[in-house]
Amino acid sequence: MTETGEPALATAAAGSPVPVADPARHQPEKTTKRPKRPKRDRPPGERSWLAGVFLFPAVVLLAGVVLYPLIYSIVRSLFTDKPGGGSGSFGLHNYKTIFTDHSTLVAVKNNIIWLVAAPTLVTILGLVFAVLSEHVRWATVFKTVLFVPMAISGLAVGVTFALIYADQPSRGLANTVTVGIHDLFSSQTGYPNLHIATAEAANYTGNPSTGFTSKKTFSPGSPALVPLVGLDIVHPPSGLTQAKQPANGPGLSGAVWNDFALGGGGKPGRIDPKELALKGVKVQAVRNGSVVATATVDQNGDFDFPSLTSGSYQLQLPGSDFQKPFGGFSWLGPNLITPAIIASYLWIFSGFAMVLLAAGMAAIPRDALEAARIDGATEWQVFRKVTVPLLAPVLTVVFVTMIINVIKVFDVVYIISQTAGQSGKDANVLAVDLYTDYGTQQYGLASAIGVVLVLVLLPAMALNIRRFRRGEQ
Amino acid sequence: MHNFTARTRMTAAAGVAVLAFGALAACSSSGGGGGGGNSGGGSGGGGSSSASGAATQNLKGTNFTVLGQWSGAEQKAFQAVLNKFDQETGAHGTYTSAGSDEATVLGTKVAGGTPPDIAILALPGAIAQYANSGKLQPVDSAGQQATSSNFASEWAKLATVNGKLYGTPVDASDKSTVWYNTTAFKNAGISGTPSTWPDLIKDAQTLSDSGVTVPISVGGGDGWTLTDWFENVYIRTAGLSMYDKLTHHEIKWTDPSVTKALDTLKQIWGQTALIGSPATALKASFPNSVDAVFKSNPTSAIVYEASFVATTIQGDKDAAKVGTTAKFFPFPSVDGSQPVLEGAGDFAVGFTTNKAVQPFMAYLASPEAAQLLVSAPDSGFLSANKNLPTSAYPDATSAQLAKQIVAVGDNFRFDMSDQAPAIFGGTPNKGEWADLQNFLKTGDVAGTQQQLEKDASAATGWTK
Repeated sequence: MTETGEPALATAAAGSPVPVADPARHQPEKTTKRPKRPKRDRPPGERSWLAGVFLFPAVVLLAGVVLYPLIYSIVRSLFTDKPGGGSGSFGLHNYKTIFTDHSTLVAVKNNIIWLVAAPTLVTILGLVFAVLSEHVRWATVFKTVLFVPMAISGLAVGVTFALIYADQPSRGLANTVTVGIHDLFSSQTGYPNLHIATAEAANYTGNPSTGFTSKKTFSPGSPALVPLVGLDIVHPPSGLTQAKQPANGPGLSGAVWNDFALGGGGKPGRIDPKELALKGVKVQAVRNGSVVATATVDQNGDFDFPSLTSGSYQLQLPGSDFQKPFGGFSWLGPNLITPAIIASYLWIFSGFAMVLLAAGMAAIPRDALEAARIDGATEWQVFRKVTVPLLAPVLTVVFVTMIINVIKVFDVVYIISQTAGQSGKDANVLAVDLYTDYGTQQYGLASAIGVVLVLVLLPAMALNIRRFRRGEQ
Repeated sequence: MHNFTARTRMTAAAGVAVLAFGALAACSSSGGGGGGGNSGGGSGGGGSSSASGAATQNLKGTNFTVLGQWSGAEQKAFQAVLNKFDQETGAHGTYTSAGSDEATVLGTKVAGGTPPDIAILALPGAIAQYANSGKLQPVDSAGQQATSSNFASEWAKLATVNGKLYGTPVDASDKSTVWYNTTAFKNAGISGTPSTWPDLIKDAQTLSDSGVTVPISVGGGDGWTLTDWFENVYIRTAGLSMYDKLTHHEIKWTDPSVTKALDTLKQIWGQTALIGSPATALKASFPNSVDAVFKSNPTSAIVYEASFVATTIQGDKDAAKVGTTAKFFPFPSVDGSQPVLEGAGDFAVGFTTNKAVQPFMAYLASPEAAQLLVSAPDSGFLSANKNLPTSAYPDATSAQLAKQIVAVGDNFRFDMSDQAPAIFGGTPNKGEWADLQNFLKTGDVAGTQQQLEKDASAATGWTK
């Protein structure tokens, strides 16, 4: 296992998600060597005080850089905040706030979602890619491509994914794809922004999503005029032409047109020059609440019901006339924002997991796999019964590393939630809340969040330390 | 195997260190684009007296630091002022931009005992907080003189805490401006601009009929645009003295005057035909809301925000040109209200006793400094300096805006939310920002008022 660890470590360190401070980097190596060197093995001439001298700078740095801030944060977290950053009364008030304040509660909830989803998915994806990388021809290229996101700063990833998740299909890749797929199956749309003219609004009921129904009734003999407005008259849809005065047919007839000419002018309710016919709009004749006939508006804006030669009818424009084109999903809306950010995180870290796991797999003795195959195991059985158990230590390392990374996730969440407007707050996580509280000079609350994060991290770290010690023996 | 584990552990240790340090701050500086930056005009100082006072002092070899949130063209304009001061006095000032994270950066520096010599602050509330905690140096007599002789008394009041002046005005912005796309108005056959609230609604409806999808663009993704809307309506429906009371939380947010303002606001915010879907409005950042009106093939025709909309139009390279196709009209009168102006501005405050601090603060309040600020290309700076001639402005639109600020005199009021404790009036997703965003979504007047009052009561540090 150790031989395979070397190359993996080199790559992992190159793409390390967190800048590792130098003193911290050397410290574990020192501690790892100590048990290997019992006292009696000490070369002659070496003094124990000499070890102290060499350790001194590291100890000072660690104390100054880790220990002091940690202790001070704990102390500060026990004092309430006063305006301007001063500290107020002593107590557990800040900790109570974390679990009662709405915004921190959202953060706690999201941290739990992250914790449940992200490490598992990263490990699974990493494993899938690692297995795949053993079976593809250009394994190195494959691995490199998947690992590249690790080399991109979380900030840049956040900016990129904020663009990918943009609402407008013309800007956001996610919605371009969604809309493209959707439109393969159905692309029927109406005139999305049309509505009854303000001056006529009192004569109709309904709204664009349910459709509009006239209050008064129309009879054959005199053309029914249904003026709509809201068409983009600067760039009208192609194929629309000037509306014409409807001809008087034998049945109920009339016109539907856009009652607004570019530059204003024209009289409401009258077909004026430069006003366009709304070809394709469906008109329904309604009697006693039920639709008796349907007609479609033609090139000139006319519709007619040749069969309805007598009686009076209400006219109805169904909601489908006003149907908006499918615009994709609101990826950064309140419901999808956290899963969407987690997806961007998977993009970054699954390559990292893959590299570690692929290195681990390379170290699995080939004869074990071959023995299983000779004994008649299928590839799936080999994977489940041989590869995964032998890989378990590496899987655990990846999983625990991801847990630690996810608990303190900050950059992608911060950047993407900045661009999401109000729903940005639905993506809040504790590290982001810590930062914003710090920015509003609530040092006590920020410290309390920091302490909570450390407490949550402790079990994962303890597990790691234990594994590490076991690995030593 | 142990190598993996060692690495993991190092990562963990580093993670703890990072959190404990608040070093996360470093990650964010390039973050939020469209912060609530003000790009207002400069302010003039105590006539020639302060400027010459600064000039005569020999500050050779004195280094000082200035922290602000300006970057880009604004930073260049401010740098020109700094260079001129250095040239006249022999001092050497260094400006650092903290971007939209200024509050955090400054808070960290002050807490760490290494404040900048001077900070440019947009929030009178922050001035009061730092002054009350004894971190600020009061302005000396030259600075006081510059402030009182060049600015309406309202400005000095804003930077005065417990009877002492702690800041000198640098620039100003006019937040009572409604910007519109003249082409969209022409297409809809609207001549002239609305001067009353019902006119604004009527014109917006006409724009909607003419095919403008979302006639009034609301940048609800940034809560501060919504507080500005509210404040402009409130100052008109409730009047100046009520505005002052609500600013200092001397009346409750459940007051009937707030009900009236929210009801008025709802006449526009509550109509999807006018502002589009609230869910979409709540995603639009301020720059996006401006672009929607002034890009080519605009989807909107009107956007309410401050004078710095002009800077955004230019900065985003929108199709419309300020002064020809992008124009503004004063925020319409509500129920026959008199002309009032809501605005904002930045103040220079001194944290240290560095020799250059007081002379530079006084210099910033002089007409000379204001002239340099406002005449810089594309800076978009405006000044409330009475003694700065409008001819100093590079274009007619800025001159018109500045004139409005100066002319309104005592009817000027500073942005209400900028004077509230930051946790209530200046934090994304909290306090007033979040509550008005919810109001935009739900239209629930009573519920919003209760939530506002709850949040306002929970916040401490209201200015007096």
